[in-house]
Amino acid sequence: MKKIEAIIREERLDAVKQALEENSYFGMTVSQVSGRGKQKGIPLQWRAGEYRVDLLPKLKIELVLLDEDVPVAVSAIVRNARTGETGDGKIFILPVDGVVRVRTGDRDENAI
Amino acid sequence: MTINTGDTAWILISSALVLLMTPGLALFYGGMARRKNLLSTIMMSFAIMGLIGIIWALWGYSLSFGADKGGFIGGLNFLGFLNVGMEPSGIYATTVPHLAFMAFQGMFAIITVALITGAVVERIKFSALLLFSTLWLTVVYAPVCHWVWGDGGWLGGLGALDFAGGTVVHINAGVSALALVMLLGKRKGFPGDTMEANNIPMVALGAGLLWFGWFGFNAGSSLASDGLAASAFVATNLSAAAAGFTWMIISWFHNRPSLLGTVTGAVAGLVAITPAAGFVSPLAAIPIGIVVSIVCYYSIVLIKNKLGFDDSLDVFAVHGMGGIWGALATGIFASSAVAGTPGLIEGNGAQVGIQVVGILVVAAFAFVVTLIIGKLVDVTIGLRVGQSEEIVGLDLAQHGERAYGGLLR
Repeated sequence: MKKIEAIIREERLDAVKQALEENSYFGMTVSQVSGRGKQKGIPLQWRAGEYRVDLLPKLKIELVLLDEDVPVAVSAIVRNARTGETGDGKIFILPVDGVVRVRTGDRDENAI
Repeated sequence: MTINTGDTAWILISSALVLLMTPGLALFYGGMARRKNLLSTIMMSFAIMGLIGIIWALWGYSLSFGADKGGFIGGLNFLGFLNVGMEPSGIYATTVPHLAFMAFQGMFAIITVALITGAVVERIKFSALLLFSTLWLTVVYAPVCHWVWGDGGWLGGLGALDFAGGTVVHINAGVSALALVMLLGKRKGFPGDTMEANNIPMVALGAGLLWFGWFGFNAGSSLASDGLAASAFVATNLSAAAAGFTWMIISWFHNRPSLLGTVTGAVAGLVAITPAAGFVSPLAAIPIGIVVSIVCYYSIVLIKNKLGFDDSLDVFAVHGMGGIWGALATGIFASSAVAGTPGLIEGNGAQVGIQVVGILVVAAFAFVVTLIIGKLVDVTIGLRVGQSEEIVGLDLAQHGERAYGGLLR
């Protein structure tokens, strides 16, 4: 089992969500996060002059999958989150030790 | 002296309008603070509504408008509403109940003290602010108010024009704010750390309430429901419109049209027209408004960005400098057709000289006395919160509350 943590642009969520759905990956957790990478922030205005905000709002999608499903899901995310500009985000793939479905108590592969 | 019902109705409504400016100011300032200091910033204005509301009734009104003592201060004959009743005063606003005039003036005192807070948010100790406000109202506001508007006040006697408080309210508050900033020092992390406004829509709502209430401030200062009130009303709106639009253009020129800039400009326009509203023709409000945004914008650049004074919400740059421009503009644009006094454009250059005297004396007095009472507060109870309190934020550290509670949205 693997966990995918994808940091994406806020405006790409719908496309990514739809693509995952088309590949029948329903379960996900989405949260609003702030972060920085090579994009290095954007200038904003005060009443007079500018200031720089280097932590930009992004979305983090988390999903847990069977090992063999990972390549399909990752490529669906990459295809739909990518604009080609800096700030498109990153995907992390982590090992998962165990899963429990709260309602039934099912474990691991049965709980995904 | 008979009561005029129309005048009385207008002054009572105007008093309510001016009162509403202070909660408006609270939102205007609050939205610009960081999230951890939102409540404390709003709290300052509301606490001052309580504190100054009481002080004004007990002794503030008397020291400002009581029987003249040498042109410098009012006497004690109006202490605690003594001789202030339902009949007109015979000296001030002679067609409305004396209590209505007292209430109207009290709202000015409240917002003037509240204006200062914008410069010192996010680090001043709440108890120190209350002590400072009490002293400041007594030894700075009351005398200056008496000089300009009190019967026998020396600046008014000199012929200085201040229709609704460009000098008494805005220069007074703006310069005092700068003096207090010098005593208090910068916020931790200024400049350098990102200090973002937590809620610009709240700033816009506050600016809207200020704009609305300012009609009571300026048109109400006619002290009658008459043509002059209408003239001041139109001038007020035009100046705010011109200044807000001008600031928008300036921000567009430097970057993009900014909402925070536009609403700041509108407030600057209201500041500038305050002394002039009942002395200039309404159309003169357009150049007055255009110039004030240019003056205030570059004052912020100079004072905050270049000189490094942490006048946190730009009180000196907007109210001090805007008020100074407004006082000068009154001397320049005053029209004898409006209130009988000509200005520079009508050939009376001396009026500008008188305005300059008013600006310099009030600015110097406010600056020096604020430094003295600020220092006094600092050595007795301390002006500033502790460093860890400042880091945590004043909402939690000073008030035990937070603006946005609850883990769930």
